Amino acid sequence: MTPVLQVRNLHVDYETATGPVHAVRGVNLDVHRGELVGIVGESGCGKTTLAYAITRLLRAPAHLTAGSVTFQGVHDTTPVSVTALTGGALRKFRWDRMSMVFQGAMNALNPVQRVSAQLQDLFHAHRPRMSKAERRTRVGELLDLVGLPGRVARSYPHQLSGGMRQRVMIAMALALEPHVVVMDEPTTALDVLVQREILDAISELRHRLGFAVVFITHDLSLLLEISDRIAVMYAGRVVELGDSARLRENPQHPYTTGLLNAFPTLRSERRDRHGIPGHPPDLSVPIAGCAFADRCGFVRPECTTTDVPLLPIGGGDVACHLYTTERQEVSR
Amino acid sequence: MTELSAHDLVRDYSGFRAVDGVSFTVTSGQTLALVGASGSGKSTIARLLSGLDRPTSGTITIDGEPRRPGYRALREYRKHVQMVFQDPFASLNPVKPVHHQLARPLRVHGLDGDRRAVLELLDRVHLRPADQYADKLPHELSGGQRQRVAIARALAPRPKVLLADEPVSMLDVSVRLDILNLLEELKRDNDLAVLYITHDLATARHFSATTMVLNAGRVVEIGDSDQVIFHPADDYTRRLAAAAPDPWR
Repeated sequence: MTPVLQVRNLHVDYETATGPVHAVRGVNLDVHRGELVGIVGESGCGKTTLAYAITRLLRAPAHLTAGSVTFQGVHDTTPVSVTALTGGALRKFRWDRMSMVFQGAMNALNPVQRVSAQLQDLFHAHRPRMSKAERRTRVGELLDLVGLPGRVARSYPHQLSGGMRQRVMIAMALALEPHVVVMDEPTTALDVLVQREILDAISELRHRLGFAVVFITHDLSLLLEISDRIAVMYAGRVVELGDSARLRENPQHPYTTGLLNAFPTLRSERRDRHGIPGHPPDLSVPIAGCAFADRCGFVRPECTTTDVPLLPIGGGDVACHLYTTERQEVSR
Repeated sequence: MTELSAHDLVRDYSGFRAVDGVSFTVTSGQTLALVGASGSGKSTIARLLSGLDRPTSGTITIDGEPRRPGYRALREYRKHVQMVFQDPFASLNPVKPVHHQLARPLRVHGLDGDRRAVLELLDRVHLRPADQYADKLPHELSGGQRQRVAIARALAPRPKVLLADEPVSMLDVSVRLDILNLLEELKRDNDLAVLYITHDLATARHFSATTMVLNAGRVVEIGDSDQVIFHPADDYTRRLAAAAPDPWR
């Protein structure tokens, strides 16, 4: 079955006074129908930029410089080239087929409009033939869907708790029954207990409605628990991609191993753990070879000189020279 | 041996009781974790213990001596009890270089605030070469480096107690452990008493022998960290433990 979303060789630059910063440097990613794909990495690794590029929400100074995003709905006869959409076609596509839950619900909602007005706005824009009564009913249904009482419709955002606001954001993202929902750190600002409620709600809705989720966070512990597959990003690239159980048991890329060791989990034994030494590279200068080389404990001569693509290794995809040599040895 | 104790602390905010009869003790060479959800009163307790706020009732004692009112007494108290704040992007003065931010607390507390003392502080938090870091402005540092400066500043008056209010929650995953390891090392080497305030049960368990759980301003459970987290006696603790992300779930 064709993936609902295919990202191919995506590149995004930020124009700055001192030249372009290459925030996303050639990302390939498939999202299958109904699956939850996690994207994890440190601040500045390009995960949010990638999300904005996929949803076509990039604004200057960010520019898509190369690559494509292709969307294939169940009933579509031909795939939609998301990156080629413009004007009215883009407006029609956005939110209807693919929506987004933004990082800070407090900032994403309009503080001077009631929740019902903000939800109805979607129907004004995308379902112009809906009657007033239908819109109202739909708002009620949506709030009910995300477990909020009907009175929330009449509330202003400041009258709601952080968790309730995040539920409103999710209701908004699901309003037009999209096939893909991109969620950018949807629970980071929330309390542990509220985070758990929201995660449960997302998982329940996903099973009921069948949409796919691209879930972005820096919390690998959380992703391992909820994702079907995980893409680990470093310096604008996916360095490891695979099944979350495989990634947890058998990480291949030294950066993934580093991330896994960088936090204790609730049940893990008490032992010496360390963060990953060093800093991510400056993305305004071209990177020769592997971007992680100067922080890596397994660095080899070729790491600093030769680029390494994402290659299938041990049931997943890994971009690391440790395995390219092994492959060559095997093929000999 | 230093003991900082809270005795039956209460803090009311216009009809709302944020802290409701809390008592506990932090002891030299030990870390006490204070965990709870947002709004449980964790930060209010930190503010009361650091002298940024006054309790409605109850007392705070250091080595049995109650904290006295008045500016001089407060300054004397802060020589012993220092705080590391959550947000290193907000807690450092953006227009002053690092050496200024470290020399000030030294001088305020009657110590020699010359460059040598500043470099020594930077060295203690592993910002090396210290000479280079001393002349940087906060915006030239990463989040982890800023938090190290904030920790160095807290160490300046040679305190006996360190209050760390969510010291790593604003930091990148890859550096969180290093900051917590640094606090652990400082505690061990200087025999500090540490109160580690967090919503993260996993790091509470890894860095503190004792964990105290707060709900709606009350201590609902206190005891050995493993015991509290794996065999919670209180229903709220159980919910908190069940909500924590667990890759092996």
